[in-house]
This record gives sequence, structure tokens and C-alpha cells, in this order.
Amino acid sequence: MTAFLLRRVALIVPTLFFVSLLIFGLQQLLPADPALAMAGEERDPAVVAFLREKYHLNEPLPVRYWLWVKGITVGDFGESIRIKRPVRDLILEKLPVTGELAGLAMLVALCIGVPAGIIAAVKRDTAIDYGATMAALWGVSIPNFWLGILLIMLFSVTLGWLPASGFVSPAESLKQNLLTLIMPAFVLGNAIAAVMMRHTRSAMLQVLSADYVRTARAKGLSQASVILRHALRNALIPVVTLGALEFGALLSGAVLTEQVFTIPGFGKLIVDAVFNRDYAVVQGVVLCTALAYILLNLLADIAYVLINPRLRA
Amino acid sequence: MAMRRFLSCALLATSLCAGAASAQTTLRIGLAEDPDILDPTLARTYVGRIVFASLCDKLVDISPTLEVVPQLATEWHWTDDNKGLVMTLRQGVTFQDGEKMDAASVKFSLERHLTLPGSNRKAEISALKSVEIVDDHTVKLVLDKPFAPLLAQLTDRAGMIVSPKAAQEEGDKFGEHPVCAGPFKFTERVAQDRIVLDRFPDYWNKDAIHFDRIVFLPIADSTVRLSNVQSGQLDLVERVAATDLDTVRKDTRLKLATITSLAYNGITINTGNGDRAKNPLGQNTQVREALELSIDRTALNQVVFNGEFAAGNQWEPPSSPWYVKDMPIPGRDIVKAKALLAAAGVPHPSFTMMVPTNPETLRAAQVIQSMAGEAGFDIKIQATEFASSLDLAVKGDFEAYLIGWSGRTDPDGNLYNFVGCKAPPALNTGHYCTPDLEPLLDASRTAAAVDERLADYAKIAAITLVDRPIVYLWHQKWLYAMSSKLNGFTPYPDGLIRPQGIVMQ
Repeated sequence: MTAFLLRRVALIVPTLFFVSLLIFGLQQLLPADPALAMAGEERDPAVVAFLREKYHLNEPLPVRYWLWVKGITVGDFGESIRIKRPVRDLILEKLPVTGELAGLAMLVALCIGVPAGIIAAVKRDTAIDYGATMAALWGVSIPNFWLGILLIMLFSVTLGWLPASGFVSPAESLKQNLLTLIMPAFVLGNAIAAVMMRHTRSAMLQVLSADYVRTARAKGLSQASVILRHALRNALIPVVTLGALEFGALLSGAVLTEQVFTIPGFGKLIVDAVFNRDYAVVQGVVLCTALAYILLNLLADIAYVLINPRLRA
Repeated sequence: MAMRRFLSCALLATSLCAGAASAQTTLRIGLAEDPDILDPTLARTYVGRIVFASLCDKLVDISPTLEVVPQLATEWHWTDDNKGLVMTLRQGVTFQDGEKMDAASVKFSLERHLTLPGSNRKAEISALKSVEIVDDHTVKLVLDKPFAPLLAQLTDRAGMIVSPKAAQEEGDKFGEHPVCAGPFKFTERVAQDRIVLDRFPDYWNKDAIHFDRIVFLPIADSTVRLSNVQSGQLDLVERVAATDLDTVRKDTRLKLATITSLAYNGITINTGNGDRAKNPLGQNTQVREALELSIDRTALNQVVFNGEFAAGNQWEPPSSPWYVKDMPIPGRDIVKAKALLAAAGVPHPSFTMMVPTNPETLRAAQVIQSMAGEAGFDIKIQATEFASSLDLAVKGDFEAYLIGWSGRTDPDGNLYNFVGCKAPPALNTGHYCTPDLEPLLDASRTAAAVDERLADYAKIAAITLVDRPIVYLWHQKWLYAMSSKLNGFTPYPDGLIRPQGIVMQ
């Protein structure tokens, strides 16, 4: 186990190096000159020249890459051209927001998706199964931004129960914080719950027909014990993989949902940065997201071992 | 018993007092974007100017009818053949850090605009040679040559006076904690989330301010912005979508305010920027005239903007005092357009029109494409993300570009840099240049008298509206939705939200 962990951790650095090259290289393919995009409507040639000089935009690409990587090694991710603030500060400001939203969305997904998947598998080919499958299809098909706007119309404009958008820090008011996040977390969680339900259902169906489950039943164990203690534990492995990947995707910023509900997280940050050619911000956020993905995959691997003792050997 | 009653009363009184003290009045404003840096010298976005209107007073301001009115300067006059502007400053004004606002701070702020690396104000006031302190409350702005638009420039960020002490202490971080002499002082900013300003108790015009706090919340989606004001989360939102105006009008919880902006939208034609100018549209004024005659501006406004915007054919809207009345909006004339194309020898000219990927502008492009098609034009629409379209335009990689300009108080700001030979190539992207126009453009910015300038603009219109390097089409309106309880809001042509006089019932 320790050797396995060490091997996985050692792979993080070269992976990140490769990712950094990819981010930097791909970004150069974006058309438009960041200095021109940032020089304001007047596009004063003196300002354009100043911005090119200040942000090393005149330097050759390898030099710019080297300057960026050198900065990262001392914790300096560069400065946002648009709002003139260190990228590191922006990331630290947005990470807890996106993290909380992603966490709540996963909670919604788990609370709906896993039980629905289990019930659909146990009640296979019944009205409950068909109902759950249809609900899952609806959850996957419905566009997030549309569902978001409908929820705002219903719960904010018509009923006045929830704030339409915005974010309140939990340190300021936990109640307000949760009220602002209920709708976006539901919108995001709803789509993941649907996928999760499908995965749980098919994994459970496979496991429920396994010999050891039949043996457990033959031993006279209760239905609940067979399903929850014996079947579910083994069926959870694909669900954990899916959860890790979906959680990683959520951390990279739920762009549309954050835009609709005006949640100041990674999604909004990266969209604004791309449209304004704020390269340092794009690079910093994507690198952090890549790191989050790598760590989540590592955690998923550890979770496999904990869930399924057979993998410990 | 008496003691208990006394204690109860005391408790009630205490809680009432606490209630009164905590009943802070907050004005919550929804913005369409997150502003850039809040330093008047470095700032570049329109939305940032809305925040500055509460944060930083200017030397002079505009009235809703575009007259220049006093703000930090109470009086002014031109001297030395219009090469000197003497301004008398308001007495007893302090900055939000308690420092005194005087002639030295005005000199400091204007010089900062001219010298700070990366200043976006330098080009706006480049005619300014020096600032002389006449006395504590009088300054003289000395110019290289007469430059009439200077006064109008001082109604915007170039006229904002910052605290020299704070600016020197903060250096290039001043934008993170700006200190000016406006009605509200900077408290907090969370990027892309909120900007919080608190009432400045020593503001010189404090009687006009009726809120303790202003919170600006950037909400990009116009539907969500409107939903917020409908549900009572916001008190006022800017840039309501024209297609949502019916909703606002029918909702008794809301009020609407509108005003024609200083902005214009039109088709910029590449007449001289590289190889892509070498086509009938770029080279032949008859073809451009035919294009203009094929477009029905009123129908365009009706179809795309529900008739809410103003049709236009000049760099200033028809409602502006600077509009050249002798050259009104031409009507649609397909027969004449076809005849012009036939005379030019190109009955079916084809060109590509670059359009930024904004839903309303794209719809407008489609309507233009259809209208011009009836005259024989074959227009291909090239939808391009804004920053990329700007890059292509500067490089000359376009034939026609449906684009707007946010507008300036002085007409010079809507004209000189877009049609002049000496204009920055990044603004005059079509590289239109006619030597006959240059002396007129120069004269229009040197004369101080309005009548003289209007006469110059009439001569300029007689050239540019015939050459048509830009086919002006419409002027957007600033559209605001607000709570029906909000009173005293006055819309201005520059679109800014001035907090003075706004009160919640």
C-alpha cells in the first residue's frame, strides 16, 4: 500500500509538468493580442506597448514559459492583467467557493443517485425502476442553465423563498450561505445524480446476480443486510471512480451554473479570463484544476482499497 | 413590580435603539460585468465608471442634457486664445482619508494621469502641457494648443481627483484601496462577487446622499439580473435587455428608466487597411451609398430592439445638440440602391461582415443581410468572439465590421479617432483618410464656441456621410429596471448611476 502510494505521488510532478506545457502551448493558439484586449476602448498605442513590456508579451515563448514556471516554484502565479491582482490571491479566494459548491452538489448527487440506483436495481423491471430511469434521463438531458433559470423564476421571483443569485460566505452567515447555494447545488447535483443512478443500478444488477449474494441469501440474511452489507460494497467501486471524476469536473468550475447563479468561483473566473485574454489567470486556474483531478484520482484509488479488502493484497 | 416594569421599558428602549442603529440603508446595484481595476488613471471599462460615480468626484460633471456643470470645480474660463483653462476649486472638500482637496492635489492627480506607466488617461488629456497652481483653490491648465474637448474629458475619469497621500503610499496598488473625494468610500471588493462602498460622512454634498452603503454586484446574465430586482435582491439594475422591457413595464414591483446613450453602432468599412480593402465596397462610394440605402433603420430597430433604441445616421444621436440637422436619416430606397450598383458596374457585390458574438448584434447583422440582399448585396456574416474580432480589425483582416463605440461627452470623442488620418490605427481600423477632412477635424477641436464647432461638424458631415467609411445605424439606450420604491434616480446619457438624490421610500 505504501509503495503504491509513493509511486502515485511521485508521478504527480511529471504529470503537472506535462500539463503546464500543454496549458501554456494551447493558450498561445487563442487568437487576439492580450495587450490590445486589455488596453481599453481607446487602445492607446503607448498603453499597448506598456502592457506588452510589463507582462513579457514581447519575449519568445520559451522565455515566457520559463518565467511562468520559475514564478510557480516560489508560489508566484503571476498577476491578472485585468484586475491587477496576484493570480495566487484570486485562486485562494475562489477555491473555497467552488469547493463548497462542488461538495454540496456531490452531496445532492450521492443522496439522490445512489439510493435511486439501488432501489431501481432491487425493483428491476417494475414501475419504480422505469420511473427512476426516466427521472435519470430527464436529469441528464435538461440543460443546467435552463433548469437554473426556471428554479430562479419559481423559488425567487414567484415564491420569494430563495435568493436569486450571489454568494454569502459561511463565515458571514451560514444560513444565507446555504440559502444561496441550494439551487446551484441542486442544478449541478441533479445531472450527476442521474449518471450516478445509472452506474449504481447497473453495478448493483451485476453484483446481485453473483454467487456470494445468493449464498448470503441462502444463509437467511435479511434483504437489507444482503443489499447494503454485501452487494452495495462491491457495487460502489465504479461509483467511486465516477464520483472522483465528476467532483474533479465540478472543481474545474461549473461554468454555466456559476454564471447563471453568479457564484464567484473558478468557472466565472476562467470564463472572464479567457474572454479578456488574461493568460496568467487561465494558466493558474487550469493548473490548480489539473492538480485537483490528480489528487482526486489518488483518493479514489485509496478509497477502492478501503472499500474492497480484496484489493489490499 | 415597578422595578420590573422599569427594567422591561429599559430593555425595550435599548432594543429599539439597537434596531435603529442597525437599520443601515443599502442600495444594491446589479452590474452587467465585473469592473477592472478601480484606479481612475488605469481603469478602462465602462462598468468601472459606474462604480467611480459613487466613489470619485470629478472636477466637472455633465447634466442630463449634456451641459458641463460644477462638481469639484465651481467655476472655469478659457484664457490665452483657448490655451489655458483656469478652474476655481470648491472650498472645504476633503478626501475620504481626511486629507484636504486643494490645487496641489488637482495638479498631482492630473500629472499622475499623464505620467503613470500604463495610464489610460494620457491620450485623453495629451494636450495638457502643465498644471499651474494659482492659489490654494485655483489651478490653471496650460495646453500646447487649443483643445476644446478637454473640459468634457474632465467630466469623466480624467477629471477624477485622488488623494495624493493615498496614491503615493499605495503606489501601483492604489486601485485596490482607492481614495477620492466622492460620496462613498471604498470598503471591500471580492473579485467577480461584490464591491462595497460605505457612506463618506464628510462628503461636501452629503445632504444629497440617502444611503449608508452601496453594494455593486456583477451579474452577467440579463435575465438573472432582472430576476434579482424582481425578487427584491437588488434595488437597481443596468443594461436591461430590450426584449425584457415589456416584462418590466407589466411588473408593478418595478420601474423603468431610459435615456439615449452617447454610443453609436454601425458598419465600419475597410477602405484602406491592407488587401481586404481592395473590393467594390472598400473602394467605391456608390456601392457604400447603395448599402446604406438598402437598410431600413426604423425596421431594424423595431425587429431587433423592439423599437426601443434610436435610429441614427451620424456619430451623435438625433437628440444630441451636436447632431447635424441638415443631414437627416435617409430613408430606404431599393430602386436607387440597385441603380447605384448598376452604375458602379457591380450589381451583386459580395462581402463578409465581421460581427462580435453578441446575440443582439448578430440578430441585427441578419436583418441587414436580408435587407441588403434585396438590393443585390451578398453579405456573409462572420461571427467572431469580441477580442479576436478586434485583433482582426486592427490587422485589416476584414471587409466590413458591425461594431459600436460607447460614446464620449464631447463629439470629438466619437469622431476624430475614427475618421482622421492622424487617428490611432487601432481605432480607425478601416484606415479611412481624406486630406480634405484634416483641417476641418483640427478646427472642430480648437474652437471653443459651440456655434463655430457646429459649423465645422456640418462641413465634416458633408464629407464623411458621403464617403461613408462608417455607416452609422443605431444608438442604444441605457435601460434601467429598479424597485418601484426607489425614487430620485436620474438617467444620464453617459449611462452612469449617480447616487445623489436616489432615495428608498
